[in-house]
Amino acid sequence: MASSAISHHSAIFSANKEVGVKSSLNSSSNIYKCRKSVLCKNLTVMAAAQLSRAPSTTGSVKHGMTMTEKILAKASDRAKLEPGENIWVNVDVLMTHDVCGPGTFGIFKREFGENAKVWDREKVVIIPEHYIFTKDERANRNVDILREFCIEQNIKYFYDIKDLSNFRANPDYKGVCHIALAQEGHCRPGEVLLGTDSHTCNAGAFGQFATGIGNTDAGFVLGTGKALLKVPPTLRFELDGEMPPYLLAKDLILHIIGEITVSGATYKSMEFVGSTVDSLNMEERMTLCNMVIEAGGKNGVVPPDETTFKYLEDKTTVKYEPLYSDANARFVADYKFDVSKLEPVVAKPHSPDNCALARECKDVKIDRVYIGSCTGGKTEDFMAAARVFLASGKKVKVPTFLVPATQKVWMDIYSLPVPGSGGKTCSQIFEEAGCDTPASPNCGACLGGPRDTYARMNEPMVCVSTTNRNFPGRMGHKEGQIYLASPYTAAASALAGFVTDPREFLG
Amino acid sequence: MATTQAPVPVSTIRASSQRLQCPIKTHSLHFATNSSNFDKLVKASLSLKQSRKKTLTIPHATPSSSPSPPTTFHGQCYVLGDNIDTDQIIPAEHLTLVPSKPDEYKKLGSFAFSGLPSSLYPIPFIEPGTDSTQYLIIIAGANFGCGSSLEHAPVALGAAGVQAVVAESYARTFFRNSLATGAVYPLELEQEGVNKQCTTGDIVTVDLERNVFINHTKGKEFVLKPIGDAGPVIAAGGMFAYARKTGMIP
Repeated sequence: MASSAISHHSAIFSANKEVGVKSSLNSSSNIYKCRKSVLCKNLTVMAAAQLSRAPSTTGSVKHGMTMTEKILAKASDRAKLEPGENIWVNVDVLMTHDVCGPGTFGIFKREFGENAKVWDREKVVIIPEHYIFTKDERANRNVDILREFCIEQNIKYFYDIKDLSNFRANPDYKGVCHIALAQEGHCRPGEVLLGTDSHTCNAGAFGQFATGIGNTDAGFVLGTGKALLKVPPTLRFELDGEMPPYLLAKDLILHIIGEITVSGATYKSMEFVGSTVDSLNMEERMTLCNMVIEAGGKNGVVPPDETTFKYLEDKTTVKYEPLYSDANARFVADYKFDVSKLEPVVAKPHSPDNCALARECKDVKIDRVYIGSCTGGKTEDFMAAARVFLASGKKVKVPTFLVPATQKVWMDIYSLPVPGSGGKTCSQIFEEAGCDTPASPNCGACLGGPRDTYARMNEPMVCVSTTNRNFPGRMGHKEGQIYLASPYTAAASALAGFVTDPREFLG
Repeated sequence: MATTQAPVPVSTIRASSQRLQCPIKTHSLHFATNSSNFDKLVKASLSLKQSRKKTLTIPHATPSSSPSPPTTFHGQCYVLGDNIDTDQIIPAEHLTLVPSKPDEYKKLGSFAFSGLPSSLYPIPFIEPGTDSTQYLIIIAGANFGCGSSLEHAPVALGAAGVQAVVAESYARTFFRNSLATGAVYPLELEQEGVNKQCTTGDIVTVDLERNVFINHTKGKEFVLKPIGDAGPVIAAGGMFAYARKTGMIP
């Protein structure tokens, strides 16, 4: 089809642009772009051929499909498809939250009728979590709107909250939607998950197609259970080597975004493979896929394996079918990273691709540290921060805000022992280090929020954060400066009062 | 019900069709039974003509009596750089406003671009005390609308009175949401660096028939990539409206 040829063309153009992009980490990283210019030439030849005939009608040479292509093929009942094709997919799960739910429901009713019913009451997951612990009346009203809709439609999965003064008094309330989806078993290999939030790509860690959509698209899915999607070509990222003890998945994805820029994966899928990826646990894989959107990516995927299946064992009984890229699948570009040579990094203000070595920012005085969000507020993230505080034994020099993503994470912080601490929990270590008390689980100040949001930046200041975006005004104040970092780097920075490489404290 | 809009001839210049996420949607609550008709409609609407460099013709055969879709936009422009993310377009604290409620829709518009740092953008997009903008056309660099997949960004711009955005390139979520909502026309420039040649307040024209962007104040003309199949969707008012207008859904 012509459309797929054109998408290959633009892939060539974008790949060409990237060849000229300077890697900001040349000295310490070992990045190998796999024959990109040769790939481009091959694509040119293939694209030209496709302009004159449609492969599906002439039975052309069969080639393999990438994981994303396979998942979309299955979801659209197609034997095969090509990047660039517009296809109708069956949606397995649709998620919305308090910011987009009301608008989505408004559109649903306007288009399908006041008495319309959602396509499947068990496939819609409604999670209030963005602006919860606030006195903002509209924010509170939006949660009520979610509830009214769920009652009317008899929605099975609604993680409600009524008592805003005490999150623990709400047994259904979960917290940050993307982590709640994972913890509640809604993320499954081979499926299509759409959500009204950019970090829906987080779920790609489970080997499924997951991406963010707007209210209108979501309203359409609510009524029909289908979505019109364009098949993205895939960028492949091979991460090999043993993960150094001072590095986390957040460092890996910041390196990658720094390499390909904030538009490097636009309209594309990002597939993460390699021995390092295999060694990551599910939460670390989520961190990797979570920030795919920050590179402009449509979705991210990690091949499911025993780690995935084990995680899902006690969370879901729904049958799933893992899908994997064929050996002869075509990728638009290949990147190889030797992880053992990478160093901790930060994304400096004001862009997630403004990548720099943490140790080269050690003169940057900071005012606060924020550890939270779907990107950096999971159990593993807090365990990591606790390890740094434990190793140091000292107190933080700046206000350090801890916002667990979900109720489960909050409970883990208060109950799981931190290895090597003699049985202390994260919460005890945080208290001894002088951090703020872990707050109510929600999205919090990652995106600023209503003015009274806990840890919102209401004056210009410098913050090291485990969150996902640092564009101007992201955490509240337009002149605020946000350094995105891993939990290790965030904790180290809190202890030093400056942006700090975690190797200052970790072996 | 199986009426088909005459396929709009489109140019296959690069990313115009690449950017075409959702040309036409149709639906039926009994999706399964209508799937064969549905497939035909989708195939017809999505087929792209192979001919190159045809000018865009706006379809005339619209069943309703609404005025023909616009082919030009004219007015003052507001100029931005690269990577303008959604939080700068509409700060997250305003996301409690529900766009499907008319009064909140208007309020959302009044906050459009209030997230821009004033040190870089000293001219306010919306005059304090007013709730809509005098700048009907936005000129931007690369990757406009990156960040959130929420619709509030294009919706806020549309609510503020913006008619068209002329950018070097778009984040896919912003482009897709512009089509779905019909809020603004997301036009793409053929060449890079055009925003550097424009100044906020310049009088400009966007001509969708000739696919050119003219800066009258600077006396320069630039080529636009044709909006293609996306044009009628936005002209109709978004996905659902277009599907209804063309008789694809009741």
